[in-house]
Amino acid sequence: MSKSNLTRRGVLKTGALGGAGLAVPTIFTASSVAAHTNEPTGSTVTLGFNVPQTGPYADEGADELRAYELAVEHLNGGGDGGMMSTFSSKALQGNGILGKKVEYVTGDTQTKSDAARASAKSMIEKDGAVMITGGSSSGVAVAVQALCQEAGIIFMAGLTHSNDTTGKDKRANGFRHFFNSYMSGAALAPVLEKMYGSDRKAYHLTADYNWGYTTEEAVKSSTEALGWETVNTVKTPLTQTDFSSYIAPVLQSGADVLVLNHYGGNMVNSLTNAVQFGLREKQVNGKNFEIVVPLYSRLMAKGAGANVKGIFGSTNWHWSLQDAGSKAFVNSFGTKYGFPPSQAAHTCYVQTLLYADAVERAGSFAPCAVAEALEGFEFDGLGNGKTLYRAEDHQCFKDVLVVKGKENPTSEFDLLEIVEVTPAAQVTYAPDHPQFSGGALGTCNNGA
Amino acid sequence: MDAIILQILNGLDKGSAYALIALGLTLIFGTLGVVNFAHGALFMIGAFCAVTLSRLFNLSHKVAVPGETDFLGNPLMRDQPYLYDIFGEATGAALIDWAVPLAILFSIPIMLFVGWAMERGLIKHFYKRPHADQILVTFGLAIVMQEIIKYYYGANPIPTPAPAAFTGSFDFGAMLGLDPNQIIYPYWRLVYFAFATVIIGAVFAFLQFTTFGMVVRAGMADRETVGLLGINIDKRFTIMFGIAAAVAGLAGVMYAPINSPNYHMGMDFLVLSFVVVVVGGMGSLPGAVLAGFLLGILESFASMSAVIDLIPGINQIIIYLVAIIILLTRPRGLMGRKGVMED
Repeated sequence: MSKSNLTRRGVLKTGALGGAGLAVPTIFTASSVAAHTNEPTGSTVTLGFNVPQTGPYADEGADELRAYELAVEHLNGGGDGGMMSTFSSKALQGNGILGKKVEYVTGDTQTKSDAARASAKSMIEKDGAVMITGGSSSGVAVAVQALCQEAGIIFMAGLTHSNDTTGKDKRANGFRHFFNSYMSGAALAPVLEKMYGSDRKAYHLTADYNWGYTTEEAVKSSTEALGWETVNTVKTPLTQTDFSSYIAPVLQSGADVLVLNHYGGNMVNSLTNAVQFGLREKQVNGKNFEIVVPLYSRLMAKGAGANVKGIFGSTNWHWSLQDAGSKAFVNSFGTKYGFPPSQAAHTCYVQTLLYADAVERAGSFAPCAVAEALEGFEFDGLGNGKTLYRAEDHQCFKDVLVVKGKENPTSEFDLLEIVEVTPAAQVTYAPDHPQFSGGALGTCNNGA
Repeated sequence: MDAIILQILNGLDKGSAYALIALGLTLIFGTLGVVNFAHGALFMIGAFCAVTLSRLFNLSHKVAVPGETDFLGNPLMRDQPYLYDIFGEATGAALIDWAVPLAILFSIPIMLFVGWAMERGLIKHFYKRPHADQILVTFGLAIVMQEIIKYYYGANPIPTPAPAAFTGSFDFGAMLGLDPNQIIYPYWRLVYFAFATVIIGAVFAFLQFTTFGMVVRAGMADRETVGLLGINIDKRFTIMFGIAAAVAGLAGVMYAPINSPNYHMGMDFLVLSFVVVVVGGMGSLPGAVLAGFLLGILESFASMSAVIDLIPGINQIIIYLVAIIILLTRPRGLMGRKGVMED
C-alpha cells in the first residue's frame, strides 16, 4: 500500500510555481539546447522585416520591403548580386548565410510603437526570426530595439534619424546605418553659411516629439556656432495638418530663415503652407527669405511637389550618386522595379547585407558574436564611401549628403540634386557628446 | 495688432473648412437624424476628385528627349500630356493649371452620386437604430472609403497646386498703410474663404427661399405632420443627403491646394467638425457656421507663440476646452433647439 505525500499546500505551491514559469514569455526563456534565441537548426534562416505596411508611411515601408526582398534574392545567389560585388568585405558568397537559404517574414509597424513591438514579438516567437530590421520612425526604432535587446535578437535599424536611437536609447543588440540629427546639422551648417552668409536670423518650427527635439537642437547649435541667431523655436503638434497659424507670424518675428524640423506629412504640409504664404519671394533684413528642411526624403519631396525647388536639406543617400556601389544598387533595383530606390530602401538593403556579412565573418548567428563582428567594422562599396560601425554606440560614420530641391526635374524621381558630399570626419562626434549622453549600450544578449 | 489681424484671417480660413463640413453634418443630422461619421471621408473624396481630374488632365505619352539618358542609362523619355496634342501646348497647359477650379464641376455629380449611394445603400437601414449603431457603421464606412483611396492613390500626400494666378500672397499691411510683409495672406486661402461664404449662403438661400427648402425645413421641424400632408419627405431628405455630400466634397476640392490631399485628411477634420456641430447646437445650421468660424479663430489665436509660452499645450486643447465651457453653460450648444437628441 503506497502512501501519498500530497498535501493541499504542496499542490498549491507547485501549481503556482509551474504557472509562473509558464506565464514567462517564451522569448525571454531559453530552450536547454539552443545557444541563442531562434538559433537556426535546419537548412534555412528566417529574417524579420518590420516595416510600415499601413498608415501614413506605407509608401516608404513598401520601398523598404522591395529593398529587403532584393537583398534576400542577392544573398541567395539570385539576380545580379547588387552591392555584393562592390562590398569591400568578400565574406558573402551568394549561398545564403552560413550556407543556409535566407527566408523572411514581414510585420506591419503601422508607424506605431505598440504595433511595431507586437509584430516584432510575433516574428520572433512564432516565426523564429533570428534578426529584426526595419522601421520608418525613431519612436518605432527605439521601441523595437529595446524589445530585441530583451529577447536576445539583433536589431538592424531602418530609417531612424533621432540622435536618441544611438544616444540615450542605444542598446548592445541594436545597430544603425542611417545618419542622425547631429550629422544633418553638422553637414548642413557650412553649406548654409556659404549660401546664405553668417548673419542670419532663424525661426524653427519643430515637430513636437523626440526626433523633432534632437533635430532642432542639432541644427540650432550648428548654425549658432556659425553666427546665426535663433529668433524663436515653436513646437507644432504631430497631428497638425494646417500650419498657417504657425507660419503667419514668421515674417513678423524679423526672421529671414525658416527651419522646418518636420518629416513625413508634417514636412509636406508645412513646406506647402510656407510657400503658399509667399515667404520665398520676400525680402527681410535686406536678404532673400530662405527655407531649410534638415531631413529630406525623396518620397516626401514628391508629396510637396514644386515647393521643394531650391530648398536645402540633408539626406543619407541618393540614387544619383556615381560610386560603384550606388550604381550597382540602383541598377539592380531599377531593373527589378522600374524606378530608382529611395534612401529608406538603400539603408534597409545595406543593413541586411551588413548583418549577413557579420554572421559569415563571425561564423555564428549568436547575437553577441554578430555584434562583435559589427563593432568597429570598417567597410566600403555600399554607397556612402568608407564607413565605420563605431563600437562605442553602434552608429555608422560615413559621408552625408547635402541636397537641394531641383529646379528642373526630368522625372518624378529626379527631385533632389546633390550639392555637397560632406566627408565623414566633418560629421563625426565623440561618443560622450552632450546631444547623445544619458544612455549606455549595456551588454549584448544572446537570449539563451 | 498686426498679429491679431493675421490670426483672425487665419481663423476665418480654418473656420471656412470647419463650417462647410459641419454644415453638411448638421444638415444630415437635422433631416435624417443620422450621426454621420463618414462625413470627413466625403470631404476627402472631394479633394481626391481634384486629384483625379488633375491626373486625367496630365495623362501623357512618352516622348524621347534627344541626347539625354535616364537613371539606368536608357534614352530619357519625357511625359507629354495628351491635352497638348489635342488643344495645343498653350491651351493644354492652361487646362492643367486650372484643374482644381474645374474639378468643382467634375466633383458635383460624383459627390451627389456618392451621397445618394451611401444613403440608399447603407444608411437608410439605420434610421431606426440607436445613434451608437449609426456611429459604428458610418465610422466603418469612413475607414473602408479611406482604404480604397489609399489602395488606388497610395499613402503619400499628392501635390495638387492652385492655378498659377493664385500663387503668392496678398499684402494687407501695405494696403492698410502698415509696414509691408507684416500682414500677408495667401491668395488661394482668400479664395477659399470667399468660396465657403458663397456655398454657405447658397445652402441657406436654397432652404429659405425655395419650395423644396421650405418642405425640408417643415420636415425637420415635424416630420410626421409633413408626411400626413401627403409629401414624400424621405425622398427630399435623401436629396438633402446628396446635397450635404456635395457641400463636403466642394470643401474638399478647394482645400486640395492648401494641403496636399492624402487618404487620412477626412479623419483629421472629422472630430473637430463634430465638436463644431455640438458647440453650434445639434441640428442647427446657423449654429454650425457660427461655431465653425468661432473655433477656427480661437484655434489660430491659441497657436500664437506668445500664447503657447503663457499656457503650454493650449494650442492642442483650446477647441475642447471651449467646447466644455460652452456645453456647461449652454448644454444645447450655441444655437441648439430644445428636444434635439434629448429623448
